[in-house]
Amino acid sequence: MELNFDDVTRYGALLIEGSIFTVVVCVAAGLVGLCLAILFAEGQRRAARALRILIRAYVEFIRNTPFIVQLFFIFFGLPSAGVKIDANTAAFLALTLNVSAYFTEIVRGALETTPKGQYEAGAALGLRPRQVFFHVVLRPALAKVWPALVSQFTLVFLGSAAMSQISAEDLTFAGQFIQSRTFRAFEVYIVVTLIYAGLALAIRSLLLLSGGRLFPWLRGAR
Amino acid sequence: MPHVPGTQETAVKLVGVNKWYGKFQVLRNLNLSVARGERIVVCGPSGSGKSTMIRCINGLEEHQEGRILVDGTELTDDGKIGDAIRREVGMVFQHFNLFPHLTILENCTLAPMKVRGLSKAEAEEVAMHYLTRVRIPDQAGKYPGALSGGQQQRVAIARALCMKPKIMLFDEPTSALDPEMVKEVLDTMVGLAGDGMTMLCVTHEMGFARQVADRVIFMDKGEIVEEAPPAEFFDNPKNERSRQFLAQILH
Repeated sequence: MELNFDDVTRYGALLIEGSIFTVVVCVAAGLVGLCLAILFAEGQRRAARALRILIRAYVEFIRNTPFIVQLFFIFFGLPSAGVKIDANTAAFLALTLNVSAYFTEIVRGALETTPKGQYEAGAALGLRPRQVFFHVVLRPALAKVWPALVSQFTLVFLGSAAMSQISAEDLTFAGQFIQSRTFRAFEVYIVVTLIYAGLALAIRSLLLLSGGRLFPWLRGAR
Repeated sequence: MPHVPGTQETAVKLVGVNKWYGKFQVLRNLNLSVARGERIVVCGPSGSGKSTMIRCINGLEEHQEGRILVDGTELTDDGKIGDAIRREVGMVFQHFNLFPHLTILENCTLAPMKVRGLSKAEAEEVAMHYLTRVRIPDQAGKYPGALSGGQQQRVAIARALCMKPKIMLFDEPTSALDPEMVKEVLDTMVGLAGDGMTMLCVTHEMGFARQVADRVIFMDKGEIVEEAPPAEFFDNPKNERSRQFLAQILH
């Protein structure tokens, strides 16, 4: 068997664009998803009963259905409900909702391990519950589960390849396009696979490293 | 006489306070009046309700019956009143409860900035003043995890003082400390007492009680069993249960 990468390199720009889209949409979904997860996780502990049930239902629904089905649900479902949505936006939306459900569970677990004394110390200083949550409880809780959040994010990043199925212009979509033009399927997917591996490793290391900056009190002796 | 905040002679007043955990009664008909500037030591066997009592005074726990007045304001289940009272009442906990993710300085400036609305510079000035008072200004940039227990507890005292409270509550502040660190914390508290701070201390440090307390309150099974000046309480306890307790803790 002879490998020929000339055709693939000719479409290099497409692969770069696809990679950038994959990274940008995943990072954006991860950030928005984390913010939502923080609200949902705290909501599950404090909000009115109806809201708690709603959050719970959302989390369970997402965690018990395949991502690609969620993607189709949003991409094909919303237009039939009268909401116009393009593939890239639908992909971002689906990724965000997906990642935030998993993050919600992780963050909720972290919040539950917060020592009671932290809440009491905050209250005793006159801080209101919301201030205690944002200034006292949240950061140590996130620090505790940072590695878990990073691994979950990596899974979502790799799973994001599914968005090519609704023709969102990600890395996998670029690969499919090049393959359909050049018929060099093996060469294309060797390159695509290597790019995914490189990006995933880079993102994971970067996030784990940035944990040291985000949570400086954990450096050195505890 | 109309109530003017800050002019009350009585700092804390408990009238007929009862509290239950489920069916178990933890506080029984507590009546107590603490004058401004008075230093009270609360002691008693574990489970006697002494911590619960002082935790009720700043509303960390609710009481079901009776009235608690702090600086003339009655503690009700209105959250705003609870917040207002907690602003004026500092509390030091057995396990310090410093915020691990904030530096010593940030621990001290958080509440003054968020609750009192001080600027960062003002809050830091106040914080450094009190950190100097508890003799650890040089640790201001460190995180609590890097400090010894005694240092952490002194920071906790400074953190409470930064809110300029009218009353300080101490919930067994030296119980979690290694023996060699007890003194540095007690010295800080003695200094505070010398400044005329109204203090309620749950503690078994009888030397401290003798040295600074105006009154010792002995609790058992949720009741105030005896209250007397320290000399009288230690040398001539009137109640049988006080005598038993003292026999056990004084070797």
